[in-house]
Amino acid sequence: MNHRSTEAETRPVVPSVGTAVRSGIEVPVVVDPQNFPFQDPGRPGEFPFTRGIFPDGYRGRLWTMRQYSGFGTAEESNERYRFLLERGQTGLSVALDLPTQCGLDPTDPMARPEIGKVGVSLSNLSEMEILFRGIDLSRISTSFTINGTAAILYAMYIACADRTGVPREKLTGTIQNDILKEYVARGTWIFPVRPSMRLISDTILFGNRETPRFNTISIAGAHMRDAGCTAAEEMAYTLANGLAYVDELIRRGGDADRFAKRLSFFFYVHMDLFEEVAKFRAGRRIWARLLKERYGVTDPKAQMFRFGVVCGGSSLVAPQPYNNVVRVAIETMAAVLSGAQSIFTCALDEPFQIPTEFSAELALRTQQIVAYESGIARTVDPLGGGYFTEHLTDEMEKRIESLMAEVEAYGGAVKAIEDGWLQLRIAHRAHERKRQIDSGELPVVGLNCFRHEDQTAAPEEVFSVDPQASRRVLEKFDAIRDRRDAAEVERALDRLEQAAAVDDENLMPYLIECCHAYATVGEMVARLKKQWGEFEEPVRL
Amino acid sequence: MKPTTETAPLRGKRILVAKPGLDGHDVGAKVVALALRDAGADVIYTGLRKTPGYIARVAVDEDVDAVGLSILSGSHNELVDDTLEQLRSLQADDIPVFVGGTIPAPDQERLRERGVRGVFTSEIPLADVIATIARMLS
Repeated sequence: MNHRSTEAETRPVVPSVGTAVRSGIEVPVVVDPQNFPFQDPGRPGEFPFTRGIFPDGYRGRLWTMRQYSGFGTAEESNERYRFLLERGQTGLSVALDLPTQCGLDPTDPMARPEIGKVGVSLSNLSEMEILFRGIDLSRISTSFTINGTAAILYAMYIACADRTGVPREKLTGTIQNDILKEYVARGTWIFPVRPSMRLISDTILFGNRETPRFNTISIAGAHMRDAGCTAAEEMAYTLANGLAYVDELIRRGGDADRFAKRLSFFFYVHMDLFEEVAKFRAGRRIWARLLKERYGVTDPKAQMFRFGVVCGGSSLVAPQPYNNVVRVAIETMAAVLSGAQSIFTCALDEPFQIPTEFSAELALRTQQIVAYESGIARTVDPLGGGYFTEHLTDEMEKRIESLMAEVEAYGGAVKAIEDGWLQLRIAHRAHERKRQIDSGELPVVGLNCFRHEDQTAAPEEVFSVDPQASRRVLEKFDAIRDRRDAAEVERALDRLEQAAAVDDENLMPYLIECCHAYATVGEMVARLKKQWGEFEEPVRL
Repeated sequence: MKPTTETAPLRGKRILVAKPGLDGHDVGAKVVALALRDAGADVIYTGLRKTPGYIARVAVDEDVDAVGLSILSGSHNELVDDTLEQLRSLQADDIPVFVGGTIPAPDQERLRERGVRGVFTSEIPLADVIATIARMLS
């Protein structure tokens, strides 16, 4: 590598264990209850749910093992899903390609280089029918990491269930559908903030009636975390976004006691184990209190903070990639000790590529070993009542609440995001973190300490998407456009466009009609853009 | 402290940091943009989802000394080739181009063969990124 610097020699070879968790909260060397009194954490399954939302923890139901997966064509991804299900995975998590996420058909010039690259291409219902071939949608729960076009993919999933005779009320799964964090960190926004918030409310209110077991939003901190946030910031900004959705749903006439039951959350778990556990315990407590005290929610199920996690992400590094297996194992333990409802474990080759079958299986096995061999899933919140756990939970709670107060003082999450204020903060935080890693202040084994000249630089097995995938996607796209009833498509799209022009008209029935007619994602988005325009990114540095 | 060539090796240089294609992961682009600015450069950041044609046009209109492309979606080969082609069509292929992102080793070689002057993956220290770009522009 020709970037080996002279600075490398001056970095500390033996790092320090430090005195603070990574959010910057200093921790005592010894915690005893005389010097560090803590709040009574209550009991699992009882308000404010610090110790977990279920009284019986994982004995009643283990977390869902859900590996994010999808690439190339619907046929290839269907094959990978069946592989994962055969090996004991308990839920599906669909990765979509960027054209599908950004609302472009594969024929769009911007779409062409990206077809099937970071996920599967799903431009219309016929592709989804292939994707779930041989998989019973009434038995398996499916999570879609989809945001800008979430309402459309949700409509397509419902249409797909309709076609296979699965009743809508049996559908389980999640659409991410969290546009606010897309403006902040992940970038697959399409429409301006206000109509996007409307579309999200449409899905949630429709879902309450038609798919009562399906989570219509997964308010996500994960991507903001990977973009540079600390654990405390990740939780604070996610809860702030959550409040923005609740406010919008109430404005639309939603009943918080009802819709809040279907709000779920999604986070990263990184390496600082007790910090992560404290983050989730504090987050559960803050959310439950906010819903009860601010919104008068009385149904305990609607006060519960349910969350999925991903272990890995930017905590994984390219040098000495096999070390990543160890990192993911520790992070999985943190997730289980936190009471997560679903876990996705990244594969060791995450910094390089889409996982190979080998690395994908190893990532799943990591969860299974934690679940069935380590024993940590037997007792609810096994760290609860520990002096350090409770002390750090209280400290994280204070830090998270003060960060949330800053967002509120600015004018709330929507304003902070429309102005680019939050984006700017996170960019500066990412810069700071990179400098801490470069200097060795934040130790990363194999990257800034314990390096050596002949260490492994890349995993042995390389995954690549079939180069013909893009051609096949385009061929199938042409074929479906020839086969469908063009007049029916036009009628459905016209009705969608007219409905979009009427404030507070729920668009879900119109989108489902378009999907049944095999209208494409790009066609539906184009009609909505005509009414709503596009988001203008505030570019600030 | 007055900036010197040591603290501000890119003083007086104009650098365009761009996100071609649909990839929305901009943390790397922003961190490098901030580091370039700390090193004295005048930085223009395009924001997300720009076409190679747009990026080449901005590079020419803004008379930049270098163009940095950030791509994490796996489409780097297509998008970099296209951007180089667009720069050539504007007779601006003398502007050095560097690339950052998730770029597998064989593709790093390939990009260099096509004329890319530096390829930076996320683990490379910022000081090394700045030093390489400063050498590129000296």
